Amino acid sequence: MSTAPATGVPEHPALLWRNPDPKPSYDVVIVGGGGHGLATAHYLAKNHGITNVAVLEKGWLAGGNMARNTTLIRSNYLWDESAAIYEHSLKLWETLEEDLDYPILFSQRGVLNLAHTLQDVRDSVRRVGANVLNGVDAEWVDTAGVAELCPIVNTSPDIRYPVLGATYQPRAGIAKHDYVAWGLARRADEAGIDLIQDCEVLGFTTDGDRVTGVRTSRGDIACGTLALCAAGRTSTLTDELGFRVPLQSHPLQALVSELLEPVHPTVVMSNAVHVYVSQAHKGELVMGAGVDSYNGYGQRGSFHIVERQMAAAVELFPVFARAHVLRTWGGVVDVTPDASPIVGRTPYENVYLNCGWGTGGFKATPGVGWCLAHTIATGEPHPYNAPFTLDRFVTGRLVDEHGAAAVAH
Amino acid sequence: MAERIEGRGRLDRSRTLRFTFDGREFTGHPGDTLASALLAADELAVARSSARGRPRGVLAAGAEEPNALVQVEHPFPDPMQLATTLELFDGLVARGLAGRGRLADVPDPARYDTRHAHADVVVVGAGPAGLVAALTAARAGARVVLVDENPEPGGFLLGTDDVLDDRPALEWVAAARAELATHEDVLHLQRTTAVGSYDDGLVLALEKRTDHLGAAAPRNLARQRVWRVRARHVVTATGAYERPVVFRDNDRPGVLLASSARTYLHRYGVLAGRDVVVFTCDDAAYAAALDLAAAGAAVRVLDARPAAPAAWASRCTAAGVPVRAAVVVTGTLGTDRVEGVRVADITGGAVGTGGELACDLLLVSGGWNPAVQLFSQSGGALRYDTELGGFVPAAPLPTVHVAGAARGELGLGQALRDGERSAVDVLTALGLPAPASSLPRPPRGPERSPGLLLWRVPQDGDGTEEFVDLQRDATVADVRRAVGAGLRSVEHVKRYTTIGTAHDQGRTSGVITSGLVAELLGRTVADLGVTKYRPPTVPVAFAAFAGRNRGDLYDPVRRTAVHAWHVEHGAVFEDVGMWKRPRYYPRRRPDGTTEDMDTAVLRECAAVRTGVGILDGSTLGGISVHGPDAGEFLDLMYTNVMSSLKVGSVRYGVMCGVDGTVLDDGTVLRRGEEEFLVSTTTGAAAKVLDWMEEWLQTEWPHLHVHLTSVTDQWAVFPVVGPLSRAVVGEFAPGVDVANDAFPFMTWRATEVDDVPVLLSRVSFSGELAYEVMVDSRYAAAVWERLVAIGAPHGITPYGTETMHVLRAEKGYPIIGQDTDGTVTPHDLGLGWAVSRKKVDFVGKRSFSRPANLDPARRQLVGLLPLEAGVLVPEGSQLVAAAEIPPPPVPMLGFVTSSYRSAALGRTFALALVAGGRARIGEQAYAVVDGRTVAVEITSSVLVDPEGARRDG
Amino acid sequence: MQLIECPWCGPREEAEFSYGGQAHVPYPADPSALSDEEWAHYVFFRDNTAGVWAERWMHATACRRWFNAVRDTRTHAFLATYRPGDPSPDLTAAGTGAGRG
Repeated sequence: MSTAPATGVPEHPALLWRNPDPKPSYDVVIVGGGGHGLATAHYLAKNHGITNVAVLEKGWLAGGNMARNTTLIRSNYLWDESAAIYEHSLKLWETLEEDLDYPILFSQRGVLNLAHTLQDVRDSVRRVGANVLNGVDAEWVDTAGVAELCPIVNTSPDIRYPVLGATYQPRAGIAKHDYVAWGLARRADEAGIDLIQDCEVLGFTTDGDRVTGVRTSRGDIACGTLALCAAGRTSTLTDELGFRVPLQSHPLQALVSELLEPVHPTVVMSNAVHVYVSQAHKGELVMGAGVDSYNGYGQRGSFHIVERQMAAAVELFPVFARAHVLRTWGGVVDVTPDASPIVGRTPYENVYLNCGWGTGGFKATPGVGWCLAHTIATGEPHPYNAPFTLDRFVTGRLVDEHGAAAVAH
Repeated sequence: MAERIEGRGRLDRSRTLRFTFDGREFTGHPGDTLASALLAADELAVARSSARGRPRGVLAAGAEEPNALVQVEHPFPDPMQLATTLELFDGLVARGLAGRGRLADVPDPARYDTRHAHADVVVVGAGPAGLVAALTAARAGARVVLVDENPEPGGFLLGTDDVLDDRPALEWVAAARAELATHEDVLHLQRTTAVGSYDDGLVLALEKRTDHLGAAAPRNLARQRVWRVRARHVVTATGAYERPVVFRDNDRPGVLLASSARTYLHRYGVLAGRDVVVFTCDDAAYAAALDLAAAGAAVRVLDARPAAPAAWASRCTAAGVPVRAAVVVTGTLGTDRVEGVRVADITGGAVGTGGELACDLLLVSGGWNPAVQLFSQSGGALRYDTELGGFVPAAPLPTVHVAGAARGELGLGQALRDGERSAVDVLTALGLPAPASSLPRPPRGPERSPGLLLWRVPQDGDGTEEFVDLQRDATVADVRRAVGAGLRSVEHVKRYTTIGTAHDQGRTSGVITSGLVAELLGRTVADLGVTKYRPPTVPVAFAAFAGRNRGDLYDPVRRTAVHAWHVEHGAVFEDVGMWKRPRYYPRRRPDGTTEDMDTAVLRECAAVRTGVGILDGSTLGGISVHGPDAGEFLDLMYTNVMSSLKVGSVRYGVMCGVDGTVLDDGTVLRRGEEEFLVSTTTGAAAKVLDWMEEWLQTEWPHLHVHLTSVTDQWAVFPVVGPLSRAVVGEFAPGVDVANDAFPFMTWRATEVDDVPVLLSRVSFSGELAYEVMVDSRYAAAVWERLVAIGAPHGITPYGTETMHVLRAEKGYPIIGQDTDGTVTPHDLGLGWAVSRKKVDFVGKRSFSRPANLDPARRQLVGLLPLEAGVLVPEGSQLVAAAEIPPPPVPMLGFVTSSYRSAALGRTFALALVAGGRARIGEQAYAVVDGRTVAVEITSSVLVDPEGARRDG
Repeated sequence: MQLIECPWCGPREEAEFSYGGQAHVPYPADPSALSDEEWAHYVFFRDNTAGVWAERWMHATACRRWFNAVRDTRTHAFLATYRPGDPSPDLTAAGTGAGRG
């Protein structure tokens, strides 16, 4: 009988949050109690002293994509604008555990983005070069380097798409999603911010170009400023407000294996062979599957996506053959045409938008919370979110991570 | 103590199987599971708990088992197997797990595959309800698939000595199995677990074909098979899981679910204890008590209900089994195994004083949780049944039916009737007449009396020894703490405590947790619900889902018709899309060494520019655009005008997305008034065909145009270089290859030895060139003929690398290499290929957006490193100054292509540079390994800017 | 994985199809007459209905024909499929017409 117990989870605090009833009015109402909404609340209090705030969540706090994501944190994006906001976020991650006084299990184990074709290599060198000049840690590693960093990757030249090398960001890592959300929520709650669950937004009251209040399943709530942090559900809110946002909501699936002895020391992503995998603290392999092609709000996807994912996983990691799929699940990701977010102003003077993060939302959590809180508090976008306007789709000044760097997640 | 007893069990006792567990040797028999064989050897503790290291024993006899996780080490390492479902085989080596499994460090030699099945109805579960459902549907002529997880059908009957029609029920099961086998349209699969239920009747099932054979498994059989069953209707007859009750030290080895102990007795011939206490809130445990007593155990029943059910109590009395009502077990005694229990009176929910009872086995029954996982996965809503204390389907789904205990219909007679009902529902929906009912007659037993909903025995203490999720070591204290922290949702409690996150997905702990939270919050279980069930219902190996889609079958490999020649001539290949393309042809030197790529490519380049070379361009996409409106259609798809192209001529074209970025480029050859042959880049062929079809079908269906992929039909061999005219002239004597007779950007049709051949004067290198196009069936012969004719001229086969160098010297971009998804034709200097006359084409309107008019857009230019031998890596970023300032550093652009040029006698590059054309003549710096390399920005055309070479 | 009723081939596995987004978004009659904003709305903006809407699919591995479907994006269930040019069934508030599907 094996006697070495696996490491347990950290002790959670005895109190996470109150469960207040909504007040009739708040200076700021944030719709969406996911990671972004909670981070925005936290930084409104911490950075700007704004605490007459309500976070409205239609279900349970952080029960949407925050509870469903695969927790990768990295900042090695191609374009200057993306690198800036994600790097800002990564820097915040590096001190978030102390900031929140919560064991969020942030582990900087690095990420490898594998290259399988000569064009992958060119794109990788390009992105590494841009990263370094933008102050993001990044390096190109050859096939032997991949084998050294992650010995279980099949680096043999005989596989269908051999590994030609990879980009490596050592500071990238993972964290425990629920704990991050709870840490943020606890801090916001301590500051006096009301976190209101089971509170679905049913509509808005407006006065000209201002939104004056929110109609909810728990009554009407007046607001000075309104921030929308509803990810895949954003469109239903903006439809209600009468303006259009270029979002499409798609299923995104993920899965975990059983708990396994440590076998995978880093995070590996591959676009050509659709793999994205890390091993979480307790030992389970966590894998992101692809985005389903169709629009869907069902929080589930089609099984053939998972099957393809498994084929890719075993192709690239032969030792995973007898790992077992324990659970699969789906979230709803809101995707923009250029795969970059929209953070900032709307046609309403006192309404701010934060959406379109696609598969990048988790890693951006502290960064976007910081920037959106700044935007709400000052009425001006933070320099890091200033490029991510709704207007860019009209001018054509996209931040085209989709078109330029074929890097998912 | 637990022991094997004679006369019971579905074992082949004539054979002995040897196995090793935790380093010690044991024996068992065919028919055993690892758990039953260990239990037969009185091995109660089989694992340690993951967080606290407490000894844990077998609790259950099936997939609901939360404790008995084992690691198989031989014949092949397999993490996290359930001892209760692992069929014993000779030579098995396994060990108990404390939470984490171990993956093998060598590749899995087993094969896995996938089968499809189509049916009118798929029945999940071959217990009494499922068997009746399958039989009824089969008799009506429906196509039936029946899957069941056990080695043989029977379901819970395998664990009882129940009778039907006054004979052992398993005789009826055998007859049912035999009858199903006579129906041609019935596919009956045992050892096959339905792991997921998806839209439109798709049920995924995992068949374990050789796992029970161990090392003796035939190599020709796939180890496991994933069945994708697509059925019009689904009947889930998956039974119910017995629920434990939580009390202090309820995790001690020697605590079993009551019905599981009954299963060990009847199915495996194992009497799990000699001195047994049965603690129940439900009738079902009485059958277990009586059966164990009949097998020779001393048994006492403690019923938490105020009164014991009279009929059962009198049976017990007759059997010498004492029954006490209004009594609960408050804890267990012992160290590594149960040696006794603490008991106490309970009245009105208040626990009084009590005493201790010595025993070696404690059976527990807290009621039943219907196995609604598949129904829930299908999108079915669940309802809390307050009497049952479990969740049942709230309302039927149109095509997903639930039968028997899975919908709370407990009892053999109910299961049979409900199985038949479900089949009749299916047959009615299918429009098939139901056959006459012929259900076997169940024995007359006591009426079922209501159970008591007791999630946990009320008692003092901090709850840290009262286990809710045994696998996750989560206790009542953890649940209390979660609620105290402010958590109100069972999903939050699950995440805070980790209850329900293990392999069993909370089969024994989920409803109890909802019940405990409800009690703590003063709410109802119905109000709280239960955490979501997610596929798969049981863990499935990655490799099983991967099936055959590994190695070369991961993605099909495409090879040209001349591939064998390339291999024979030593080509080094490159993956381009799904194609294998020769990258270069290194020559073997007389001394036995082989050229490196740089040497080979310089040689190939020089040969093409000074003599003649030949390339296999067959991977280029080919699309035939046919019909009276083909020209008009192409005018809309391409940025330039195609309708004015004369028959016999060829034109270069650029294609954009609606957003005005370059999608693809290629040549368009007009074969006739109504037929164009479009070429695409290798990787984009499918995408371009999709794109054209989308517009044709959805936007311009009035255009009479047909699109046909002809990529595989045409082989294309550019013969390139100043000597190409001589080679092609000799190859195709019927064509006058002189420049005046056969000018640039025209084509000619001819025949060579009766084989139709198309010659086209296009050039991707700036040299005189003829593309030889021929039906792929003749490709190898034509290629070899060209090589033979060219031999006296020194014809040199060249690959993609040389092709890239030659085109880059001329500034011809490769879409996808010199472009990303942000580049317009104007950025590439292809403004000349963008029509100003056409009213519209796809992408045109986007060219006038503000961002498109920005002079700082990145444009394609050439770069010459100031130091002529320095090769700047492709992808390198460009900056303005030799000294790199601290980040963020503004970037001018980046290198898209970079080569050594034989023609220039130096290195050069192409790059996308902000406002690049206005910077020609300026200096910039490429960043290479943290240092800067000075480069001069030049025109993108570096060789033969006048175009003097193309006509030879 | 759903079973999708191709209007030409009948019910087939979802993996045979490719997706084309919202249906009945016609290509503008005269793009040059549109403002940048109007053009951007055609290029980049689509409805993102949570509920019943009309969308486009293509039977990629078989007949390669485009068609329209009415589907509930909350349940993912198909309510109807129909050929291009046919009017959208009354299941949806989406407009009808032959343009872009």
